[in-house]
Amino acid sequence: MASIVAVIASTHHPFYYKASTATGEDRPPFADEWVRKITAFRETLTKANPDVLVMVGSDHFHQLWLDNMPQFLVGKAPFYDANWYNEEREFGLPKMLLKGQEDLSSHILRAGLDSGFDLAFSNELRIDHSVTCPIITLRPEADLPIVPIYTNIFAPPLPQPSRFVKLGEAIRRIVEEWPSHLRVAVIGTGHLSLELGGPRQFGPHGPDPEFDRRAVEWIATGDLDSCLREVSLDSLHSPGNATHGFMDFMLMMGVAGAGAKADYVDTLDLFHTMEAYFTWYPNGVPA
Amino acid sequence: MSKYLLNKFLYTVDRDPALVERYRSEPHDMVAWWESTMANAVLNSHGGEASTWLSFTDEERAALADHDHCKLFELGAHPFLTLTLFIAMFERDNTEPLEYQKAYGARMAHFSMPYPDIAT
Repeated sequence: MASIVAVIASTHHPFYYKASTATGEDRPPFADEWVRKITAFRETLTKANPDVLVMVGSDHFHQLWLDNMPQFLVGKAPFYDANWYNEEREFGLPKMLLKGQEDLSSHILRAGLDSGFDLAFSNELRIDHSVTCPIITLRPEADLPIVPIYTNIFAPPLPQPSRFVKLGEAIRRIVEEWPSHLRVAVIGTGHLSLELGGPRQFGPHGPDPEFDRRAVEWIATGDLDSCLREVSLDSLHSPGNATHGFMDFMLMMGVAGAGAKADYVDTLDLFHTMEAYFTWYPNGVPA
Repeated sequence: MSKYLLNKFLYTVDRDPALVERYRSEPHDMVAWWESTMANAVLNSHGGEASTWLSFTDEERAALADHDHCKLFELGAHPFLTLTLFIAMFERDNTEPLEYQKAYGARMAHFSMPYPDIAT
């Protein structure tokens, strides 16, 4: 059976690529520290030596739209083109091409459907920065095949937070049952408190530092009980109007498992939103 | 009220560089053109299969034509779509980093929780 060699949860900040590659006057003052933190975070994936990446993210109204909106969708394609015109325009993100791992896609779809998750699928998916940001930060060579999994954190009505956790738990079990010798890393990205298009956007910090502090504690300690008790679809409005992206962190807590303490935790307090990086090693920390 | 149609406008314009420029430079004409030619288009289908029932209210049409992002927020347009498109149109006029983004937020200071519902 396949082994899950790393579980990684991260924010996905679309400005990282531009900030980290900028030089001279264009380079923002926080870029060097950010690059140092990302480089250390990247090492946590590199030393797990994965063969395949399961990438959990959320399409930002690029390919998935209100005339046909899935709640959870698994890509099953041999290749995934990536990044969209408006991401190139706003964030300077490059065009990318990633290989797919279709056998694992098929396995996740079949086993997911048989486990009570009516997963949608896509055979031609152009992925966006929720998946490419962690490729850029964690595996910039973009050389490993992926299985993209999209969640709807964006277009209400949304699934309940507990459903994200349950899907994460199912992904953990399903990947571990995949008849393969390959080493899999499951990587998911979301947000802490975040406001987009509202009065609290682009402040000197994230819109709700107290929520961020508690969220980092829940994730780092695997405290799903407290997290599920305090987080609801309604409560997520108050830290910031885009904070429902935190449910992708909850999904990753489900993958890591209740009570699982993260083996690596780091944060970076940036303007606009706090960055947060977590890695778990289900089979122990690699040498 | 059609939050869906407001979002459809923002979505279809934001992903088309020519429409972004047209919406920036001649918003009144462009919104009228879009409503008459694109509002009822079923995306991915040819014109013969267009919908027959979608139109803006006067208030929605005016909010779009006036580039009034505060009114769009009040009407429940998706804030991410509005922000992304308005950055595409107006960030280029910045004299310092994030100037437009910060001013956009400041113009919305009169909104308090709970924000308008964005469910469609």
